[in-house]
Amino acid sequence: MSTYPEHFLYTKEHEWVNAAGDIATVGITHHAQHELGDIVYVDLPKIGTHVEQGKTLGSVESVKAVSDIYSPLTGEVTEINETLASAPEKLNEDPHGEAWLVKIRMSAADEIKKLLSAADYQTYVGAES
Amino acid sequence: MLAACGIATAEELYAHLPAEAKLNRELNLAPGISEYEIIDFFQARADDTAQGYASFLGAGVYRHYRPVLCDTIVSRGEFLTSYTPYQAEIAQGTLTAIFEFQTMICQLTGMDVANASMYDGSTAVPEAAMMAVRVTGRAKVLVSRVVHPEYREVLTTYARHQGMPVEEFGYHAETGQLDLEDLEAKLDRETAAVIIQSPNFFGIIENVRAAADLAHKHGALLIFVFAEAASLGILAPPTDADIVAGELQSFAISPSFGGPYAGIIAAKEKFLRQLPGRLVGQSVDTNGNRAFCLTLSTREQHIRREKATSNICTNQALIALMATVYMTVYGKEGLRELAAQNLSKAHYLSSKIKPRFTGPFFNEFVADAPGPPEDVNQKLLGKKIIGGLALNRFYPELGNATLLCATEMSRRANMDIVAEAYVQ
Amino acid sequence: MIRKVRPHIVQNEALLFEESSPGKSGYQLPTLDVPSVDPHLALGSGNVRDEIEGFPEVSEVEAIRHFTRLSTWNYAIDLGLYPLGSCTMKYNPRVNELVARLEGLAWAHPYQPESLSQGAMQVIADLESALLEITGMDAITLQPAAGAHGELTGILLVRAYLESQGNPRKRILVPDSAHGTNPATASMAGYSVQNIKSNEKGMMDVEQLAGLLERDDAHDIAALMVTNPSTLGIFEEDIAKVAGILHAKGAMLYMDGANMNALVGLTRPGDFGVDVMHLNLHKTFSTPHGGGGPGSGPVAIKKHLEPFLPVPVLKKVSGAWHFDYDRPQSIGRVRAFYGNFGVLVRALAYILAHGGPGLRNATVDALMNANYIRRKLEPHYDLPYSSPSMHEVVFSDDRQSAHGVKTGDLAKRLIDYGFHPYTVSFPTIVHGAIMIEPTETESKRELDLFIDAMISIAKEIDTDPKSVLQAPYSTRTTRVDEVMAARRPIVRWKPDRSSSQAAD
Repeated sequence: MSTYPEHFLYTKEHEWVNAAGDIATVGITHHAQHELGDIVYVDLPKIGTHVEQGKTLGSVESVKAVSDIYSPLTGEVTEINETLASAPEKLNEDPHGEAWLVKIRMSAADEIKKLLSAADYQTYVGAES
Repeated sequence: MLAACGIATAEELYAHLPAEAKLNRELNLAPGISEYEIIDFFQARADDTAQGYASFLGAGVYRHYRPVLCDTIVSRGEFLTSYTPYQAEIAQGTLTAIFEFQTMICQLTGMDVANASMYDGSTAVPEAAMMAVRVTGRAKVLVSRVVHPEYREVLTTYARHQGMPVEEFGYHAETGQLDLEDLEAKLDRETAAVIIQSPNFFGIIENVRAAADLAHKHGALLIFVFAEAASLGILAPPTDADIVAGELQSFAISPSFGGPYAGIIAAKEKFLRQLPGRLVGQSVDTNGNRAFCLTLSTREQHIRREKATSNICTNQALIALMATVYMTVYGKEGLRELAAQNLSKAHYLSSKIKPRFTGPFFNEFVADAPGPPEDVNQKLLGKKIIGGLALNRFYPELGNATLLCATEMSRRANMDIVAEAYVQ
Repeated sequence: MIRKVRPHIVQNEALLFEESSPGKSGYQLPTLDVPSVDPHLALGSGNVRDEIEGFPEVSEVEAIRHFTRLSTWNYAIDLGLYPLGSCTMKYNPRVNELVARLEGLAWAHPYQPESLSQGAMQVIADLESALLEITGMDAITLQPAAGAHGELTGILLVRAYLESQGNPRKRILVPDSAHGTNPATASMAGYSVQNIKSNEKGMMDVEQLAGLLERDDAHDIAALMVTNPSTLGIFEEDIAKVAGILHAKGAMLYMDGANMNALVGLTRPGDFGVDVMHLNLHKTFSTPHGGGGPGSGPVAIKKHLEPFLPVPVLKKVSGAWHFDYDRPQSIGRVRAFYGNFGVLVRALAYILAHGGPGLRNATVDALMNANYIRRKLEPHYDLPYSSPSMHEVVFSDDRQSAHGVKTGDLAKRLIDYGFHPYTVSFPTIVHGAIMIEPTETESKRELDLFIDAMISIAKEIDTDPKSVLQAPYSTRTTRVDEVMAARRPIVRWKPDRSSSQAAD
């Protein structure tokens, strides 16, 4: 049973957020990568893209399926994880660490308040599975 | 069987159909006929269609000799009657052949990646345009007026409902090549792609680099179209293009009154994930043996559904296989020699009938008929020769111009007859 | 016990490029009877290519061995049953191949004079009229190159008609059991897609549909795209009612004809309210799949859509066939020339061979074979819908997945028994779908071998599920790593990469 980092926040769509100042690093959770199976490709937005909470920011592909990734926050994409282009499998191996997806400069910092704590998320996925 | 199904009569199998839907009579079609009668039936149709004529028609469909091997291979039941290779373990034959096909298309066109074929050249063009729109995020496409008229019509049909404005740019009355000034005047920040064909519909070779440079200067992609695949045996590959869309009918595919043919889309590496249609990729099996499979399926309709790169499901596998065998039989040297022969034949004809345009050409050129084209063509029919295409149906401004094509199958004696008929 | 196959040695073969040798060739062109022209002079040096780098150079023997060996690695209808649901993998009659190659038909140029093309045009006319009789529709185009192409054409016709009525509308309804081409097509035609759920009978939820058509925004709905029988092999018993509901609001009913093999001679879409439909000649009408194409997707329509047909339309003028381009309301061309003529020839040959009563018998045999399989497999596989099956039956892998074996694994084990798998995981509304369509081609003997195989596999899964998980074991290649193929796409051969691992 994988632990969900305590200092992260989570969404019901299985994204995690690690906020430092006004920059939030975003990724998908262990639960998500497990459901998807072997990940073959990650489609990320360009740097500078404006993203909105709840709207699609990219997608993750397995051999037979595509899943949208929803932005947990509103803001501007400042960095994307280039290593995933050549090694999408990292998302299966280390979804909470090496395989972060994007960094967002938050424009509405109090959106953070609506996200789930690690404990709440753990309960949520416990309930789902 | 009936007993095993738990029913007494076959009618019970469809008794549940709603009464108002049931057809309560036999189909109004003649009873079935024997194999011999079927052959007779179609032979009568064949007899009622030109046979034994020499032909100087090109215009997107070319008469090239088809090596016997092509038919031998595609007639094998394992190729003819097999299904789409979704189950890789029992379809390595098809998958390997397609992988070779994709490779050969890249080698011929100078592109990095190619798909497993499209329906035909005419539908490959709008698919390429849609690719360019997706890639650039822009909406408009510019197409040369000397791209095959029917390809342009198909582009228009597709584009109308994609919010894709299509604008044409013209050609030089003297050279028969696309008008670069007109192109430049129409290019802007909204242009996703510039679409040109070479050899163009008049048979003339375009300045691909100049068109590409202009397109790229404005942030648009260059889509290169070909209708006469044999030209790639001798003409410089369009390495300046971003996407290539073409027709492979010249490679062993019977003219067959318009189809089935096989189109291709090839592109630079960075556009791989935007390619429509099937793709075969290399991998390994659990023992580490090289094996092939369909790949990047998430682009396709069966997974993305409404967000797919295209709705296309089929590829023209058997036709692509015919082309693959053809390309193998001719090979590196043969395709070049074939193209050189085509060049020589057409230039022999043009030494006797003055081309209307001054631009360089491959195996087709435009020549003015001495009077209405129907007259000279009628005369030629009397000598069992089908003459060139009268161009006024597509280019009314060209008056009595005709499009003449000579291939390696054109005989000198027939060309002499045509030349004579074109003399005033 | 595996009865249908036994191991056999099969030739290895590398890629053409790996077997090439400079200077080898398999062709011979005649000597030129005209002066040879210098390409640099005729074309301009900038236009002449260097050699085609890496292109194959093999002899004729090497070529024929290469492709023959490759062919032996394939399964095919000529070798046995393909139980693929909704694919209709029936026998491809060989006489069709012969007639398609007759010189007058095979060498006909689409631009040759009409006076010299009457035979070919008559073939088109004959097929048009036969298909109209079979479908009960008023007019037809044979232009589309495949099913999906036909779908696009059909929806464009819908759009054109609605535009002529003042409003093209915005949405197309698609059942959740639909083939992926349906929503992809709707999208390409500029429509958004809304899903209709299936009910517990495996049919469209007519209540939900009626509800949608009652709302204020009902006039946004252009059409419903339905497959009938559905992808579950179940006839939509309320289809006439559905047509009525749609028509009342000026919307149209599109039928995906992929499952036409269940209907020919028994019922006609034109008679139960369909406005526009496509056919798949490479399914119902026996034209060969050829490893993935060519197909042909004719579109049959009711009269009100006729003015919008793609150009050209075949018609008789002064006793001769003529292509009519004077069609001001046409949606335009959907492809160059007239259609996949070579495929049309084969389909017509099939229809002539069967004739009216023969076609109906074929349909009844198809229903019989599917129901035979259903009966025999019901004790072993979960049947999610109890509605009568027509030409195909869909099971789910529920019982087997309880042991950790899913439909995909089962399918791979079926390969060891000498069959091509059934359609896996489609339609998606069935969990772990096992979709089986035998067609009328199969004899009881072949069906019994299939049934025995499926029952044997079910038993294997009961007693030792792990044993099937890495199937197939007896094929030339074992499971191919599709993950690697997608992660590191290699879609062409390159010289530096040619470390051909192990045997090919």
